[in-house]
Amino acid sequence: MTDAIVLDQVRKAYDGATVLQPASLAIPRGQFVALVGGSGAGKTTLLKTINGLVAPDGGQVRIDGAATGGLDGPALRRRIGYVFQEVGLFPHLSVAENIGIVPTLLGWDAAAIASRTAELLDLVALPREVAARRSAALSGGQRQRVGVARALAAKPSILLMDEPFGALDSVTRTALADDVRRLHDQLSLTTVMVTHDIAEAVLLADRIVVMSQGRVVADDTPRALLAGHPDPAVEALMQAPRRQAARMREIAGE
Amino acid sequence: MNSGLLSLLPDLSLLSGRLAWHVALSAAALALGLTIALPLGVLAARSPRLRWPSLALAGLVQTIPSLALLALFYPLLLGLSNLAKGAFGHGFSALGFLPSLLALTLYSMLPILRNTVTGLTGVDPAVVEAARGVGMTDRQRLWRVELPLAAPVIMAGVRTAAVWTIGAATLSTPVGQTSLGDYIFSGLQTETWAMVLTGCVASAVLALVVDQLLGLIERGTERRDRRLWGAGLAGLAVGLAVAVAPLAADLAPRPARYVIGAKNFSEQYILAELMADRLEGKGATVTRKINLGSAVAYRALAAGEIDAYVDYSGTLWANVLGRKDNPGRAAVLAGLRTELKRRDGVVLLAPLGFENAYALAMRRDRAQALGVRTLADLAAKAPGLTMGGDLEFFSRPEWASVEAAYGLRFKARRQFQPTFMYRALGSGEADVISAFSSDGRIAADDLVVLGDPKGALPPYDAVLLVAPSRADDRKLRDALAGLDGAISVEAMQKANYSVDRDTGKVAPAEAAKALAAELKE
Repeated sequence: MTDAIVLDQVRKAYDGATVLQPASLAIPRGQFVALVGGSGAGKTTLLKTINGLVAPDGGQVRIDGAATGGLDGPALRRRIGYVFQEVGLFPHLSVAENIGIVPTLLGWDAAAIASRTAELLDLVALPREVAARRSAALSGGQRQRVGVARALAAKPSILLMDEPFGALDSVTRTALADDVRRLHDQLSLTTVMVTHDIAEAVLLADRIVVMSQGRVVADDTPRALLAGHPDPAVEALMQAPRRQAARMREIAGE
Repeated sequence: MNSGLLSLLPDLSLLSGRLAWHVALSAAALALGLTIALPLGVLAARSPRLRWPSLALAGLVQTIPSLALLALFYPLLLGLSNLAKGAFGHGFSALGFLPSLLALTLYSMLPILRNTVTGLTGVDPAVVEAARGVGMTDRQRLWRVELPLAAPVIMAGVRTAAVWTIGAATLSTPVGQTSLGDYIFSGLQTETWAMVLTGCVASAVLALVVDQLLGLIERGTERRDRRLWGAGLAGLAVGLAVAVAPLAADLAPRPARYVIGAKNFSEQYILAELMADRLEGKGATVTRKINLGSAVAYRALAAGEIDAYVDYSGTLWANVLGRKDNPGRAAVLAGLRTELKRRDGVVLLAPLGFENAYALAMRRDRAQALGVRTLADLAAKAPGLTMGGDLEFFSRPEWASVEAAYGLRFKARRQFQPTFMYRALGSGEADVISAFSSDGRIAADDLVVLGDPKGALPPYDAVLLVAPSRADDRKLRDALAGLDGAISVEAMQKANYSVDRDTGKVAPAEAAKALAAELKE
């Protein structure tokens, strides 16, 4: 079966500074991949090459087997869900209008958009009465739930998330992360999530891709990476959740 | 009894026409300004390379005083019109609406441009990225996200532009465009303060109403309340339609009309009314274009935009023909008659019979105390005295000629609106002023005109000029023929004073009727 997302020797430089060394990655359908690494590792740039928000300087991106280089950028992005780090809800639109923006751009009729919006509010566990509100009237967690609903509105098969829970408190964060994993399974999505939180990556993802200085330095299941890795940088990164888990067990007196 | 108020009453009948033109002009300038500045602002917001030069240029235009900007467009358009005449056989009017429209458009652009750029560049980058991320094209991002979010800032710019434009439109009067400024310029000239106030209040009320309606639209865009901005828009549309309605009557075809011009002082208003009355007496339709700048008036006549007006031989000799010599009164008149005809086709129909010469005047008591009777006497005392001139005097060749001939060196020089110049003489802020020999205030204020033994000041016979296009117009010639040498300087002084005096003043039209009764026909 064709992989959902293929990055083939993709590279990118800004003003002469290399952000992505030639990087390659193949993600089969249905997988939940976490992109981790320090800041400046190139995670977000890599994510953005997938839906064309960043145009690679070289190499090829293929979505469901089709190279994106020849595709119309806006049309491509309407097919791929995207959850932004800073949420990026449109402040002049209501919650319902925010959620319905991609279907609107795709020219769905109003009734279809309305029923889809209601369905999505249920899906992301928001009360339906928030539909008419402006995003400014919502809490941080609610806002990001709207962000997830907006990303899923036009029934994409691929969901990209750029540090989606970064700004949330830990309770809200855990609840939303669980819901996202549930949606991933329920809707058979292919999900790529950028995060700097290794524990979150370990708990949610099927596969962790570790990046450093624009290169993929490790790529394996959470279990395998926790067991140990020859690269000292990867090892250092994976130390943190291991140590946390050990501390927790100790305190709980197991 | 206060006849200042009485003379105001007929003017209010002109309000609807002046308001109509004022509104039409401001609305057209604002619409044109929006049409240019809004897309330019969008481009400038997208391209930093375009942003700096466009904002700098708009800012530069803003620093040009609006009166000067309006005045600069006249010669520019006149040149273009002559080019067009050469190329297509058709010119266009360089006077009135067009120069006013262009200058006001330029003037309205800066606040719209600046606020559009500020509004668009101020949109949260996270929201802009989200717009791209959900698959909006550049155009969709602009219309669905950036413009709606920037709309309140842009509308604030439009409000500023509207208030500026409505205020600056009063300055279109001197380039021959009817506006509420007609009240202000005429009122200032004849010291009819009620008239000045009428112009100011009318223009201020107009600006306030428009500002409030635009404010309604601004709040509507901010709250995304369609009823609010709909109401504002409807209010503007209805107001525009009602205000401009009187112009529809003007546009209807009419018998050929004559346009009588006047410069910006009382004598000119009176003589224009006198000419207009005589034409109307012959059944002609007459439009008056008053408050024209001195240089504007002659060019407008040569271009056929006005049909007749009164100018002065010395002014034409020096400013139009560029002559610095003074061959004497008769020679100047004869020279003008042939030269103006040859050069521009302008007909010097007749001298009116009086002179309105530049003369230096002092209060009689002051002149006697200093022992000054002529300009030669004045030269010795000048270093201790202040000279007051009207707005153009010190830049005129006559001043250069007098200054050089007598070696005049004053302690200080000050410029005044003519009305205030006479006041300054009374209050001692000026010791000597540039007066006009036909000014009624010379006799009324007990001033003496200083002698000119060296003949440095050229003659200023009032002459009736007719446009080339009307050179053979029977009706015009018949109507004005009787004015040949018909006005004595005393009659003119009296008429001028009846308009200029502080109490019991009359409107120029009334003074013209009184003057007509005294013609030496």
